Amino acid sequence: MTVTANGPLPPRTYDVAVVGAGVVGCAIARELARHPSLRVALVEAQDDVGQGTSKANTAILHTGFDAVPGSLEARLVREGSRQLAAYAAESGIAVEPVGALLVAWDEEQLAALPHLAEKAVRNEYGDTRLIDPLELYEREPHLGPGALGALHVPGESIICPWTTTLAYATQAVRHGVDLHLNSPVREVSRREGAHLLATARGTLRARYLVNAAGLHADTLDRHLGHRDFTVTPRRGQLIVFDRLARDLVRHVLLPVPTALGKGVLVAPTVYGNLLLGPTAEDLHDKRATGSTAEGLALLREKGARILPALLDEEITAVYAGLRAATEQDDYRIAAHPEQAYITVGGIRSTGLTASLAIAAHVTALLADTGLDPGPVEELQPVRMPNLGEASPRPHQNARLVAADPEYGTLVCHCERVSRGEIRDALSSTVPPRNLDGLRRRTRARAGRCQGFYCGAAVRELFEGAGA
Amino acid sequence: MTHQGREVDVLIVGAGPAGLAAAARLAVAGVARVEVLDREQQAGGVPRHCHHGGFGTWTRPLTGPAYARLVLVAAVRAGAVVRTGVTALGWAGPSALDTVGPRGPETIRAAAVVLATGARERPRAARLVPGTRPDGVYTTGELQQAVHLYGQWIGTRAVVVGAEDVSYSAADTVRAAGAEVVAMVTDVPRSQATPARAHDARIRQRIPLLTDTTVTELLGQGRLSGVRVRHRDGRTAQLPCDTVVFTGDFVPDHELARRGGLVLDPGTRGPAVDGALHTSRPGVFAAGSVLHAVESAATATREGVRVAAAVLEAFAGAERPRTTVPLFVDPPLRWIAPNRVAPGDDHPYVLRTSALLHRPVLHVVQDGRLLHQERLRTAVPNRTLTLTAGWTGSVDGKGGPVRVALIR
Repeated sequence: MTVTANGPLPPRTYDVAVVGAGVVGCAIARELARHPSLRVALVEAQDDVGQGTSKANTAILHTGFDAVPGSLEARLVREGSRQLAAYAAESGIAVEPVGALLVAWDEEQLAALPHLAEKAVRNEYGDTRLIDPLELYEREPHLGPGALGALHVPGESIICPWTTTLAYATQAVRHGVDLHLNSPVREVSRREGAHLLATARGTLRARYLVNAAGLHADTLDRHLGHRDFTVTPRRGQLIVFDRLARDLVRHVLLPVPTALGKGVLVAPTVYGNLLLGPTAEDLHDKRATGSTAEGLALLREKGARILPALLDEEITAVYAGLRAATEQDDYRIAAHPEQAYITVGGIRSTGLTASLAIAAHVTALLADTGLDPGPVEELQPVRMPNLGEASPRPHQNARLVAADPEYGTLVCHCERVSRGEIRDALSSTVPPRNLDGLRRRTRARAGRCQGFYCGAAVRELFEGAGA
Repeated sequence: MTHQGREVDVLIVGAGPAGLAAAARLAVAGVARVEVLDREQQAGGVPRHCHHGGFGTWTRPLTGPAYARLVLVAAVRAGAVVRTGVTALGWAGPSALDTVGPRGPETIRAAAVVLATGARERPRAARLVPGTRPDGVYTTGELQQAVHLYGQWIGTRAVVVGAEDVSYSAADTVRAAGAEVVAMVTDVPRSQATPARAHDARIRQRIPLLTDTTVTELLGQGRLSGVRVRHRDGRTAQLPCDTVVFTGDFVPDHELARRGGLVLDPGTRGPAVDGALHTSRPGVFAAGSVLHAVESAATATREGVRVAAAVLEAFAGAERPRTTVPLFVDPPLRWIAPNRVAPGDDHPYVLRTSALLHRPVLHVVQDGRLLHQERLRTAVPNRTLTLTAGWTGSVDGKGGPVRVALIR
């Protein structure tokens, strides 16, 4: 099993290099790992998997009910949704099928609901139902006053995005994929039928190239001479409210999309807290993942309308993610057979849901492009640590604690993370390289105190492990 | 889940000064099974990592860790059982708690439960300070543990947000770690610590104090590179630093109180209690910083003793039926604790103001009737105001809420 983060890259020529270890790149690497004769490299600019758009999103497993009918995105979301639900169950990724309510706050939004229901049918999703204010307030008693009705979409779920990406990467690495971190690709050239990727850690050679570089997919595409699309980072700021606020909602509360944009949602998370967001700001800086006073004020104003009691609750975190928006309302997946190259661009907020279907689609494109994937082998299932509240956490499992008292020794008190879980994460296949990485693997330091109680102790465990 | 069950007389959650003082007093009074739980690996509470002085008494000044040891030893010597590394997860009944520790889950039933779960500082996110999410962002609690318990590197140049007592302690800790305090920043027009302490930091240690100033943005990718600040008059500046410490802005750790459905006080956000520290649920009491985030360790200790007396009274069956009325504050007061009052309650109250006032008068009023007034020297934000309890005898137990106002 190979994960590298420093030193020169290996001199071997890989069959396929996947650039970008976000949820999409990891899913593609995992899919390719089913072919044991392929030598695959997963190349990532940052020091962990899932460090871009994949880590800062609304963590929803979509049905695809509101996709553009007939688009590639609609099909891949529809297929990927089912595949990921099954994969999550098998792998221990936290999912809660809470359902969504698109809440109409004015006549225009109310009038849009039947059209959304029809659109859902065209996307092969027939389970939506219009509900009146009476039922709406029965389902969501804390909803702010003035809602006129809603569209119930029972199939929408919430999911742990971090575990999903990590599960793909773990499985890929265990099946022979080499994960190279800290390797931003600066130049691409071709020699003797191989791509030469000039990275910060030297050159990596591969016969086939998959561009899953997310926000930077357009830049990499240009290195190969394509100007098909431009990624405009669309910033989404989100506020996370404490777990004590969880009982305020039962569903994902979605805004009704109108001409003015998609609006702000309130969603529970599988970790038992609540998300408010996102904003939608088109930017030029692909590093602008900071929050702003204006953005946070806007979210609080919207949140006050949707769920007035929310604003009295403690905030545990604020973050901002950048979505890889392009000029078109669809994914930009394209094969360039003459270059042995596949572009996987424009994967926006639905990429998490669609990831497994995107991976299958890209693998098929690679075969069309001339890659002989060789025989197929079933992957060994992975069992990921459970970060969700819907099933027992390690400290709640009496037998586990009896067998190993470290699971009963809580270090992070707000999120109830045990020393055993931190130890496991530090010795896992794709271990964290900093405290944020540890947080995404365990929830340690993710709670309301943000380290007031446990920060130094968690850091001690991390640094003590020689990381 | 099938848990092992066990029964004790008094179960105290939190082995800080309040919980340990209560345990010591109860055990000395002859209560057989007094048990204190603490989720940390060491008992003692926050004083464990307050390496500065200011604890103990005038005649016997102590550092935080020495004080923590003192209260721990007193509880253990008196016969209380102190169990660390054990978390009270939630309620298994009106006065029973589900716990977990290295020995597994256990349900503990008690005749009386005392919540002494303490308080924490609001972190950066809860204060909605915009910007990036770099390393080097601390609260005082984390900073003190990093430096004093683990000897971790905490950066080289720190901005301390706040200018109250705890902020000066944070500045001391930064300096103890060999780092420089670039500035202290407060949105209040003056320091809120004692003049001697403020003077010492500003003149002798040459730490600039930026008053009427807020931190408006954190800067830097990876590690913090600076903070942007804005003065009330609109001027802005950027302070280069690699560490920022958010101090003060305490909130009670009220998770157990809330999960148990206890009535919370809207001002303190801790459990609402009367002068004898009863919560809204019979058999459940509370003491220490969970009631008023935060007061000194000495106040917490006194409350531990007081809550022990209330528990003993309840056990003796000699408790008088208590009729209490709510005690509210008007702005600019932020909160008062205790926040319910029974006629004849005799312990002093602590309050906080959000506005800086010179020689204001406290008015205590019930149903339009002035029960009491007293003049204060000053009212400073983030600093304790006290109200004596001599007036509680004239409270009408069947009347409306009692209101406390601060008149300029």
